[in-house]
Amino acid sequence: MTKSLDRTELGLIIALPILICIAFVLPKWIVNYVQVSMGTGLVALGVMIQMRAGLVSFGQGLYFCVGGYAAGMMAKFLGVSDLFVLLAIGILAAFVLSTILGFLLRRYREIFYAMLSLAVSMILFGLLSSTEELGSTDGFNLPTATYLGWAPEGETARLTLYTITCIVVIGCAIALNRFLKGPIGYINEAIRENELRVEYLGTSAHKAVHITYILAAVVSAIGGVLWALALGHVDPEMTNWTTSGQFVFVSILSGIGNIAAPLLGTFILEIVRVYAVEFSPNTWQMILGTVMLLIIIFLPKGLWSLLTRKKKTKQEKLAASAPAAGE
Amino acid sequence: MLTAIAIAVDGLGFAAWLFLSSVGLTLIYGVMRILNIAHGGFYALGAYSSAWAIGLYTATGSTTALTFLIIPLAALAAGVVSGLIVERGILKFMYGRDEVLMVLVTYAIFLILEDVTKLIWGTESYVAWQPAFYFGTIDVFGIPYTVYKFLIIAVALIVGLVLFLGLNRTRVGKLLLVVIEDREISGALGINVTRFFTITFVIGATLGALGGAITAPEISVSPGIGAEIIVLSFAVIVIGGMGSIGGAMLGAIIVGFARAASVHLYPPAELFSIYLVMAAVLAVKPYGLFALAESRKI
Amino acid sequence: MRKSPRTGAKMDAIFKNTTSLFAAAAIGIMGTLALPTDANAEDKKVKVGFVTFLSGGAAGPFGVPARNAAELMIQSINAGSIPAPYNTAGVGGAMIDPIFVDENSKQKNADYLKLVEKDGVDMVVGYISSGSCKAIAPEAEKAQKLTILFDCGTPQIFEEIVTDPKYTFRTGGHATMDNVAAARYLAQTGASAQNVAGINQNYAWGQDSWRDFSASIAQINKGSAVATEQFPKIYAGQYGAEISALLTSKPDVVHSSFWGGDMEAFIIQGSARGVFERSKVVLTTGETAMHRLGAQMPDGTILGARGPHGDLAPESALNTWFRKAYFDRFGTLPTYPSYKMAQALLGVKTAADKAGSTDQDAVIGALKGLEWEGPSGKVSMALANGHQAIQDTAYGTYKYDKDAGKATLVDVVRFKAECVNPPAGVNSIDWINGGFQGASCE
Repeated sequence: MTKSLDRTELGLIIALPILICIAFVLPKWIVNYVQVSMGTGLVALGVMIQMRAGLVSFGQGLYFCVGGYAAGMMAKFLGVSDLFVLLAIGILAAFVLSTILGFLLRRYREIFYAMLSLAVSMILFGLLSSTEELGSTDGFNLPTATYLGWAPEGETARLTLYTITCIVVIGCAIALNRFLKGPIGYINEAIRENELRVEYLGTSAHKAVHITYILAAVVSAIGGVLWALALGHVDPEMTNWTTSGQFVFVSILSGIGNIAAPLLGTFILEIVRVYAVEFSPNTWQMILGTVMLLIIIFLPKGLWSLLTRKKKTKQEKLAASAPAAGE
Repeated sequence: MLTAIAIAVDGLGFAAWLFLSSVGLTLIYGVMRILNIAHGGFYALGAYSSAWAIGLYTATGSTTALTFLIIPLAALAAGVVSGLIVERGILKFMYGRDEVLMVLVTYAIFLILEDVTKLIWGTESYVAWQPAFYFGTIDVFGIPYTVYKFLIIAVALIVGLVLFLGLNRTRVGKLLLVVIEDREISGALGINVTRFFTITFVIGATLGALGGAITAPEISVSPGIGAEIIVLSFAVIVIGGMGSIGGAMLGAIIVGFARAASVHLYPPAELFSIYLVMAAVLAVKPYGLFALAESRKI
Repeated sequence: MRKSPRTGAKMDAIFKNTTSLFAAAAIGIMGTLALPTDANAEDKKVKVGFVTFLSGGAAGPFGVPARNAAELMIQSINAGSIPAPYNTAGVGGAMIDPIFVDENSKQKNADYLKLVEKDGVDMVVGYISSGSCKAIAPEAEKAQKLTILFDCGTPQIFEEIVTDPKYTFRTGGHATMDNVAAARYLAQTGASAQNVAGINQNYAWGQDSWRDFSASIAQINKGSAVATEQFPKIYAGQYGAEISALLTSKPDVVHSSFWGGDMEAFIIQGSARGVFERSKVVLTTGETAMHRLGAQMPDGTILGARGPHGDLAPESALNTWFRKAYFDRFGTLPTYPSYKMAQALLGVKTAADKAGSTDQDAVIGALKGLEWEGPSGKVSMALANGHQAIQDTAYGTYKYDKDAGKATLVDVVRFKAECVNPPAGVNSIDWINGGFQGASCE
C-alpha cells in the first residue's frame, strides 16, 4: 500500500468537488448524461482492471445487471429504498456470485475467458427474460432512493443522488488505483506479459485473477445500483452481450493507461452517440463506427492519450528511466 | 420415438445452417487470428443480395429453377466485393495490432456495414420464398420437411468437405496451414503472407455471405439479422475449438441438437440452451473440443 | 502467448503531471456542448420530439412506418391538406417542427431528457417498446412534459407504473384486447378450438400475448387443452424445430403474436410444411404482412392489426385520403404503426385546435377525455382518468383474390372497445380469468 496519495488520486480528489459543482452550473440534460455515464463508467472500469491482466470480459454486464436487479428486487419485494442498503445488497450479491464463478473462470485466458463470461451473462439474460414476476424483458421500476431515513423529493432528490454517485465513483476509482499499484496489480501486469514466468516465480496467477475478477464484479455491481437508481428502471438488456460488448469497446477506446480514462471515455462516447443521432438519426451507427475506427487509427493508446500526448516528448526520457507505478 | 426423430432432423437442419453461417468465421480466426464481428455484416449482405436478386429475377416470370444459380452468385458477388473492400481498405493497415483491438475494429466495420445495408436496401424486409418451395416437401415419419432444408444440409456437408480437402490436399491449402502454424517463419520461407490473408479474408467473407444467401429464401430478410448471427456463430466455433473446420461442424451439430431438443422437450429453455451448452463444454474442455495445439512460448 | 506492446508504462509517468488536466478538460468539453442552441423558436412553431426505432430489428416493421406516417402527417397538417375536420393549417395555429430520435438506445431516459432540456421540445410523441414506455412514463411525470405514447402495448403503464398521470397519455389501446378479440373471433366464426397451441417470442410481448389468449380461450371454450406452447427467442428466424413440434402436437388452433421479420419467416416456413392447412392459424399482427406476401399468405389465416387499422379500418374519407397519400409517397400501404402514429398526431391537433393554443397545460386539458376521429375510426381517451385511449378492434380471415391479384380480408368481425377491454380499474388478467365481468358486446 502506498502511504501518500499519488497524482492520479490527487487529481481525482480535486475533480470531485468540480464534478459536484457541475450539477449546479450545467444544464440538467448534460448532468444526466454525466450521471449515467458514471454508472456505466464504473463497469467499464471493471472491464479495464481485468484488461490489465490481459483478460477481456465480454460478460461484465452480468454484474451490472446483478447489482441493478439485487437493488431493484430489495425495493420491489421488501420495500427497501435506502441507498446504502441497496448498495450493500448489490455488492454482496456480486461478491457471492463472482466468488463462486471465479473458481471456474480463473482457469481461462484470452478468447475463452471472453466467451465463457459471455455465456454466463447470457444465461442470466435468458432466465430474467422468461421470469414474468420480474417483468420479463420489460423489467421493472425502482423507487426514488432514500438516505438513512431521509427521503428527499424532486430536485433535491436528483442532486443528492448525483452527489452521492460522484463520491462513490471517485471513491471506487481511488480504491482501484491503489489496487492496481498494489502487489496483485503488478502480478496482473506480469500475467498479461507472460503467465508462465509468473508461475515460475512462485506466485499463483489463478489467485490474482480470481481476486481481480471479484473486484471487477463488485465495482460493476455498484455501477449497476447507481445506474438503476438514476434511471428508476432495470431490464435484462443490462446483461445482454451487446451491453457487455459496449463496456469492452469503451475501455479499449478510452485506453487502459489510467484509472480515470474509462470514466471520461464513457461520457465522451455517449456524447458522440447523442450528437450522431441528432445529426443523422437514420445512420448514426455509421458515424459511431467511423469515429471508432479513426480513434483506433490515430490514437492507438486510446482517447486518454489526447491528454498526455503534448507532454510526451518532454517526459519520454524520464519515463523510460523510471518504471512507472500503477501502470 | 416420433419426438426423437423430429429432434434428429430438426437438429441436423439447424446445425447445417449454423455451420454455413459460422465456418467463415472460424477460417478467418484460424489463419488471421481475427475474431471477425463484421462476419454478421457479410451474412446480412449475402442475404440481402440473394433475396433482392431472386426478387428481381422472379418478377420477370421466368422459371424458378435458375434461382438456385442466383443464390451462390449473389453470395459470391457480395462476399468478394465487401471482403476485398474491408480487407484492402481497412484491415490491411491494422495487422499486427492486439487481438482485442482487432475485435473492436471489426465491430466498427460491422456498425458501418449495417448502415450501408440499410442505405442500399432500405428498412423494408425482403422475401424470396420461391426456391424454398420449389421442390416441395417429403414426409419423415409423417412430419413434412421441405426438400430445401435437406439441400442446405447437403450444401453444408459439401462446403465442409471442400474446405477440408482444399486445406489438406492442395498446395495452396498446405501453404496456408504453414502460415497458420507460424506466420513469421513462413514469411521468412518466402510465402507471401499478406496475399494469403487477403485470400482467406475474402473466402471467409464469401462463406458468411453464402450462409445468408442460402437462408434468405426461408426467412424474411430485414435489418438486424446480421447482429443475431454474430453471437450464435461465436458460440459454435468456441464450442468446436477456434480455427478448426471440423470443430465448427461438431459445434454446429451440438448446438443444433441442443436447441432442437429444448424446443421439443422443454420450450422455455430454448432462449439460453446454446449458452448453457457453451458453458458446459468449456467447463470440461477449456479450449473447445477441437482446439489446435499451441506451442508454449516461455 | 500474446505479446502485446507495453502500453501504459510511459503514459502513467507522463500523466502524473497532467492529472489535474482531467477535470479541466472534462469541464471544457461539457462547456462547449452546453452552448445555447437556437432556443428561441418562432412564435408560430411547436417543436415535437419523435422517438421510434430507426435501427435494429423493430425499425423495418414498426419504427420506419411510424416515422413515415409522422413525416406525411406533419407535412399535411402544416399545409392543412387533410380532409375535414382537419383542414386547417397547423396545430392550434402553430406549425409542427419535428426532431427524430432513435429509440434503439441504451440511455433512453437520458435521451428523453436531452429532448426536453436541450432541444426544448413542446411535447414528445413516441415509444414502441413496452420496456421504453415503462421507463419513460415516470420520467415524463418528473420532467413535467407532455408525452404521448403512441404504440406500446403493456397494460401496466397506467395500472401500476403511473397511477395518477398528468403529463403522460397513450393514444393506442393496450395489448389485452388483441388477444381477447382473437379468442372471441374464433368462437364467433365457429372454429373448433379444443386443442390450442402457441408460438410466441420469448420476451414480455410474446409471453403476455399468449397468457391473455390462452386464458381467454380457456374461459370461452371450457375444457379446451393446450397442445404445446413454443417460445423461440426474438429474431430467431429459424423455426424448423418449433414447426415440427406444432405439427406433431396436432392443435386445432395455432396462436402467434410474432411481428415483422419473425412473423414473415414463420409464415414462409410454416406454410411450406403445411401448418396452415392442418390448423387454423391466428396472427395477431398479421395484417402488416398481407400485402407484402400476397399469394404466399395461406388463405384462411386469421389476421389482426392491433386495432381497426390497415385493411380492417372502416370506410371513411379520412381513411381513403390517408391510404392514398401514404401509398403515393412511400409506395406501400400504411400498416398499423403508421395508423397509430397518424392517430396520435390527429389527437394532438384536435386537442390543440380545441384549446386554441399549443400551450402545454391547455393541450393537456383538452386532450384529457377527448374523442376524435382517426383514420381507423373513433378514439376516446376513456381510461386512466382520460389518459388512456380505448378503441374498437377487428379481426378478419385472409383470402387472396387470384383474379384481381389482390390480398383481401373476409368475414371481418368488429368488436366494441367495451367488449374486449377490462373496465376501468380492473387488472386485465384478473378480468379474463373472472369470465370477462362487465364486458358489453353487441
